[in-house]
Amino acid sequence: MNRRITNKLATIVFVLCAAIMSITLVYLLGYILTSGLSYVDMDFLTSNSSSFQEGGGIKNQLWNSFYILVVTMIFSVPLGVLGGIYLAEYAKPGKLTNVIRTSVEVLSSLPSIVVGMFGLLVFVQYAGLGYSIIAGALALTVFNLPIIVRVTEDSLRAIPVKQKNASLALGITHWHTVKTVLVPAAFPGILTGVLLSAGRVFGEAAALLFTAGLSTRNLDFGTWDPFDSTSPLNPFRSAETLSVHIWKVNSQGIMPDLDAIANGSAAVLIIFVLIFNVTARVIGNMIFNKITGSK
Amino acid sequence: MSKAQNNEAVTHRLLKKNRSSAKRNERTGKIIVFTSAAIIIAATIAITLFLGYKGLKTFFVFDIDIWNFLTSTTWDGTSESGAFSFIFGSFAVTFLAALFAAPIGIGSAIFMTEIAKKWGQKVLQPVIEILVGIPSVVYGLIGVTVIVPLIRNHIGGLGFSLLAGMIVVGVMILPTITSISADAIKAIPIDIKDAAYGLGATRWQTIYKVIIPAALPSLMTAIVFGMARAFGEALAIQMVIGNVKGLPDSITDQAATLTSIITLDMPHTTYGSVHNSLLWSLGLILLVMSYVFIIIIRVVSSRRKI
Repeated sequence: MNRRITNKLATIVFVLCAAIMSITLVYLLGYILTSGLSYVDMDFLTSNSSSFQEGGGIKNQLWNSFYILVVTMIFSVPLGVLGGIYLAEYAKPGKLTNVIRTSVEVLSSLPSIVVGMFGLLVFVQYAGLGYSIIAGALALTVFNLPIIVRVTEDSLRAIPVKQKNASLALGITHWHTVKTVLVPAAFPGILTGVLLSAGRVFGEAAALLFTAGLSTRNLDFGTWDPFDSTSPLNPFRSAETLSVHIWKVNSQGIMPDLDAIANGSAAVLIIFVLIFNVTARVIGNMIFNKITGSK
Repeated sequence: MSKAQNNEAVTHRLLKKNRSSAKRNERTGKIIVFTSAAIIIAATIAITLFLGYKGLKTFFVFDIDIWNFLTSTTWDGTSESGAFSFIFGSFAVTFLAALFAAPIGIGSAIFMTEIAKKWGQKVLQPVIEILVGIPSVVYGLIGVTVIVPLIRNHIGGLGFSLLAGMIVVGVMILPTITSISADAIKAIPIDIKDAAYGLGATRWQTIYKVIIPAALPSLMTAIVFGMARAFGEALAIQMVIGNVKGLPDSITDQAATLTSIITLDMPHTTYGSVHNSLLWSLGLILLVMSYVFIIIIRVVSSRRKI
């Protein structure tokens, strides 16, 4: 009966592992949401941040986070999707394809602080963009590109080859087939991946410290001329994002309510990241059910 | 010829037939996608070259002895500076974090896939995958507000310590390790599990003698992935480790890592100074290590049996 006892013991150990993990993770989310949300109200979301007084908000940081996210996606989605199409449809097994695959792997495993340093050197200094939204978005493109490439390639490979052949048999060229048959069929999968990566980009801070900068001007939400220095749309102004704000408040802040600001910002950040993730999951499941015909 | 092969052959023939008709359209498409692929290669090469150039400048332009740089523990921004304390800090945090995250992560993965399958895969796995996406500053913030005071009040020291860094990073890589491990265990063919159960093995015997050996290369890959993430993590560690520029005496002592020093010092150095150049060398170490992790992952996963 010895092995029965060992088996019971082992089961207890595994349950314990899972319990430790679940409790930690639930505690994490619960802590951030409960300690942060009490501070989040309309006033917090819609007022300017303050550097030393009490009662600062996160209006500009929140806007900057979304703006950088959008600009990053404008750069990285077309480039990543086209790169993924190349790998799935055009690349022939060989040295060049290996080099591309290795590049994607290298880019995806780079520490984000290294991407930030590269951005500082190339985009901020050499290209003369300074600390700006555009430099930040370019750095985040480097960081986001490999994810989009992978998602696109996987989604394209999941399409049944008969669907492609049907199009080719009608005399449609390969490129036209890619555009009109394959990409539309892979679109839901790509969308899921893009939303997941949006959650990551939204929360990224290390790559932005040296590229988008640590400060932001009080924006005038009445000026929509992109070249005005107080315009929210100006891509050449330095822009502190929400996650960078959390870091800065915590490590350099001197305002009396810095805990509340940091916790409140973290709660808002987490909520948006969760929205991106859950939406991606819901869309992914809907497509899965549609394709497999289950339910 | 199998059905799949047949379909492939059909694709090939159809492609060939088309080649004569709309050549120009086809060529434009090819150029567009190839350019994108080329940009990805160019970005990788540019990062390697620029970091290599800036990082090696320390040794070739400022004439700093490489050996001294790697072994000295004084860091004052002069040409006598060495990075050993930070290299030590980075490795210490990475290994200690993996030491507690790997067993718990793999244990949870086994729980999800072998013990409570329904609940594990319907509830636990989606939640864990969502947690992989939680930003690292949030982990750092929790470290500062919860873990640092906990260590200060119950274990001793200032709280900002190697231990705090290790816990924060360990918790951070836990979902990563669990999620990759769970996928690896799920990929094991059900036949070999059934064979073990059919021979009268208990669940533990099946896990220990069949599942773990079969999934071992993939489980190792999961751990290395987690370690790579831990090694490159910057802000979460920087917020809790204390950033003291010397070797720590104990696990509750303050320390610093490569990433935390770059984060902290980069904004305060002048472009082109020795101090600035030293930071680029630290960045180069991070880059080299991320290549090393890729090589380890390749070697480990090439041993995959299933």
